[in-house]
Amino acid sequence: MEVLGIPDPWVWGAYILCILAVIICVIYGIINWNKGGEDEEEQIKEELEWEKKEREMEEDELGF
Amino acid sequence: MNVMLLTIITLIYLILVAYTGYVAWKRTKSAEDYMVAGRTTHPYIMAMSYGATFISTAAIVGFGGVAGIYGMGLLWLTVLNILVGIFIAFVLFGKRTRKMGHNLSALTFPEFLSRRYNSKFIQYFSGLVIFLGMPLYASVVLIGMARFVETTLNIDYTIALLVMALIVAIYVIFGGIKGVMYTDALQGTIMFFGMIFLLFGIYYLLGGVTEAHQALTNMAPLMPAEAVQTGATGWTSMPSLGSPFWWTLVSTLILGVGIGVLSQPQLAVRFMTVKSNRELNRAVLVGGLFIFLMTGTSFIVGALSNVYFLQNAGQIAIQAAGGNADKIIPLFITKAMPLWFAYIFMVTLLSAAMSTLSSQFHVQGTAIGRDVYETIFRVKGGSTVLIARGAIALAVIIAVILGFILPGNIIAVGTALWFSLTAAAFLSMYVVALFWKRSTRWGAIAGMITGTLISSFWLFFVFKKSAEALGISQLLFGTPTLITSAPWPAVDPIVIGLPVAAILTIVVSLMTQPPSEEHLEKCFEGT
Repeated sequence: MEVLGIPDPWVWGAYILCILAVIICVIYGIINWNKGGEDEEEQIKEELEWEKKEREMEEDELGF
Repeated sequence: MNVMLLTIITLIYLILVAYTGYVAWKRTKSAEDYMVAGRTTHPYIMAMSYGATFISTAAIVGFGGVAGIYGMGLLWLTVLNILVGIFIAFVLFGKRTRKMGHNLSALTFPEFLSRRYNSKFIQYFSGLVIFLGMPLYASVVLIGMARFVETTLNIDYTIALLVMALIVAIYVIFGGIKGVMYTDALQGTIMFFGMIFLLFGIYYLLGGVTEAHQALTNMAPLMPAEAVQTGATGWTSMPSLGSPFWWTLVSTLILGVGIGVLSQPQLAVRFMTVKSNRELNRAVLVGGLFIFLMTGTSFIVGALSNVYFLQNAGQIAIQAAGGNADKIIPLFITKAMPLWFAYIFMVTLLSAAMSTLSSQFHVQGTAIGRDVYETIFRVKGGSTVLIARGAIALAVIIAVILGFILPGNIIAVGTALWFSLTAAAFLSMYVVALFWKRSTRWGAIAGMITGTLISSFWLFFVFKKSAEALGISQLLFGTPTLITSAPWPAVDPIVIGLPVAAILTIVVSLMTQPPSEEHLEKCFEGT
């Protein structure tokens, strides 16, 4: 069977699969657009704390 | 060459880059900033920057060029790029890497692995592997860019290579990764629209999607005799299963790059700069679309350029490019597309090269500064910045020298080999670091060392493409490759190195003392 002018199913299969893969990514992105950010505030705080500690350590050890 | 047009396009672009670079430079305050640039990055910037780092001039020029030889079967690489390089990388690897990286306060990929396994050795060994292996990758990116400038502007290859290396070096040394990321996002955006234009352009030029593919299918009898002898069957059908042509396409080009992307040190670090899982979820959308447009377009254009060159020059693409696949894409764009587009595309490609190169040099600098120097000499900060910047300068010089001495047709293979090497060395230990609590330090070390040694041995002594070019097997044993019977000389190092490394990582882990509960809790907290 020829699809889009390509005879080998292993090749047109890849062509179609590329497009499906993009669609999966887009759908996943849309569905989860607002998910995973529930504890964001806490995470950012955690990060700031971490960076502060790192800086303090550098100041203590290196004097700058 | 239209100097006026070129000048205007280049100037606008340079102003934009200079501005982002300046903003980044102003924000770079300490060694800490220089290493990972804070930890809060917008998802658009993250995805674009990841994409622009991952898909470079190497992908567009090099892999687009090999698609001109191997045909549309290369689209399997696009499938892997999207499903593995974006979806699995962001959703499975990204989220854990980010959280674990934060838990362990890891700033580089080697440091991440080292702290996860509590082993300084892992840090400086992987730092060294990165520093020694990466110049090959950096040089093929430089080559891709120089080939484009050479073809589009009729400028000497040598001059193009030197000027670009200098610009990137100055930029990276003064900017650090923050600048690299913002500039990447700018470049990613330009690339995005450039590729859309190119994709529509080629189908329009060849009379439609099915028509273009059909014309390419009809060209199968024109496949070069040499390719047919090694298994090629046409540009719209896969090569004969198990033939050398098939092995190169499937093991080196598709698997090597498609899977190797997961353990790319410069990409893993990107995850740690994202502020939450939500940003990664959003980045999947942007990233998937972006990678599809970049790789899908360049492979389709590379393959279909055969039809264009046949209709307009009576030759297949590789003949029109004088036998050098690296020149197929630049030549097609220069000949088939309007001049203004060729110039914008060139600027796009230069920007792609810039982003990949700057992040490659950055990784090499931190590999030596933080991972090797600081770890071995037990110092922290201060002089490290100097050492890291010195290492970057050295890395640039090595890449430029390689740019001069490497042969034609090298971009895709050079990229693939670097991806294979990192996959064999790091992938198994990285996967178990994220997902298997029973994995141990000794398992990781065993896998890393075997993966590195086996893939290096394979590269130097068995894999025909690299062994012949390097000539070490010829010098030591008087034969270009140690194993001559098919299919081995065409089988990519990743096919041998990665499974052996994976098995050893697991077996040695099971045989050795598991890590302490306390350490595991610290690593996996919140993942």
